[in-house]
Amino acid sequence: MHTTCNLKTTALCEACRKAGGKMVDFHGWLLPVQFDGILAEHKAVRESAGMFDVSHMGQIFVEGLNAWPFLQQISCNNIKNGPAEGTYFHILTDEGTIIDDAIAFCLSPEKFLVVVNAACVDEDFAWLKKHASAFHVTVRNESAAWSMLAVQGPKAVQTLDQILPGVKDLPRFHISPLTMFGADGYVTRTGYTGEDGVEIMLPNAQITDLWNVLLQLGIKPCGLGARDVLRLEAGYLLNGEDANQTRTPYEANCGWVVKLSKENFIGKAALETKKQAGFENRLVGFVLKSPGVPRAGCKIFANGQEAGYVTSGTFSPLFKGIAVGYLNSKVPVGAEVEIEIHGRRLPAEVVKPPFYKNRV
Amino acid sequence: MYNEENCRFLKTHEWAYKEGDTAVVGISNHAQEEISDIVFVDLPKVGRTVKVGENCCVIESVKSASEIYAPVSGEIVAVNDALTGDPALVNREPHAGGWLFKIKMTNPAEFDALLDLAAYQATIQK
Repeated sequence: MHTTCNLKTTALCEACRKAGGKMVDFHGWLLPVQFDGILAEHKAVRESAGMFDVSHMGQIFVEGLNAWPFLQQISCNNIKNGPAEGTYFHILTDEGTIIDDAIAFCLSPEKFLVVVNAACVDEDFAWLKKHASAFHVTVRNESAAWSMLAVQGPKAVQTLDQILPGVKDLPRFHISPLTMFGADGYVTRTGYTGEDGVEIMLPNAQITDLWNVLLQLGIKPCGLGARDVLRLEAGYLLNGEDANQTRTPYEANCGWVVKLSKENFIGKAALETKKQAGFENRLVGFVLKSPGVPRAGCKIFANGQEAGYVTSGTFSPLFKGIAVGYLNSKVPVGAEVEIEIHGRRLPAEVVKPPFYKNRV
Repeated sequence: MYNEENCRFLKTHEWAYKEGDTAVVGISNHAQEEISDIVFVDLPKVGRTVKVGENCCVIESVKSASEIYAPVSGEIVAVNDALTGDPALVNREPHAGGWLFKIKMTNPAEFDALLDLAAYQATIQK
């Protein structure tokens, strides 16, 4: 069993326990890995609606006259600056490798909210602050003050519309301010499951009220276990596992996030050089063709030669054994390879993620 | 049949009971609850010889892989083929339909050295 005494907790910790959450250590946070069971929770999100406590994620506000030019410098993608628009992007090192993946939402021409991964909050914040002075913008890490609940699934938005009238008209990847339980917060039409849905940010003091209302509306509490299966099926990167500071977006199957046509951004020169040279490996997907479950660290063989390794793998109720990992660039999509699991090499097909494509 | 009085346990949560000179092996209810959502059981091959304590089977859940150890030495003489199509049977009936394999014992004294129910329960309450 994990010791839980030095772990950070979210404002929803007690609510999760009360709902039957099995709490585990996740990168220093005490969070529910499951409630009813991963398969039941997966099914709820694919067919109806489920909710996830994602309060461990970070909220960084960027403010000032040059907020947008600053984020353009930080991001390899073109940050949209129309009202309420959100942009998925990568924060890169000077070498063009991935520090984090994040979403920037335009609250006003001079104010943006950047939502970042929990494990990267401190590093992202330090990186942004380091580059902020040249742009005379203010960067504030408000992660500790905010809680966040992801409500995901084909019935998520219509259910939420009962308590947040108009939320169904919020376009994909947009943000809207909201007031709930007397507090101001935000709702975004985003998620990490491959389903339609929203993520709601409220101050810590109000998040349990929202959780309880959603429980009454029949939204199923879901844990990190189901979240990992859902995101892997949908082909979303898990930063730290599928991407890290040794990988560029090109290698991580995210070339679309890089806009070399931009005048400049941190990492651009390095990416141009590296792209020219080509990459030895790149992230692809694998579908296992016999029973078994690939896991992070499993070796991959092509024509009997070691040719890569798995970075994330799981059992998908929809596709059975699936994984993503880095594979030698010479082995094409469609090829048959072998994944070594518990000492046995099992056949798998190389595919381009996502495995699951749907409504969003 | 599984019977708590006749059953013996490993502290790694396997149970075994005797059917003549063979031992029927499965995992405890406590173990299936911890593992949860079993999606694949990689059973040993019939005819394989195993030593006591040998890793001879893998139970895969969505989130983890669990190794299963032979409670006694001997030859694998049967495996539960029902688990190929319905691995979750181990979750639903860990002590009955969800048995894993049978070992023809070469050293029955190994069976007698396993934990009894009270001793096993003491290990999981720690």
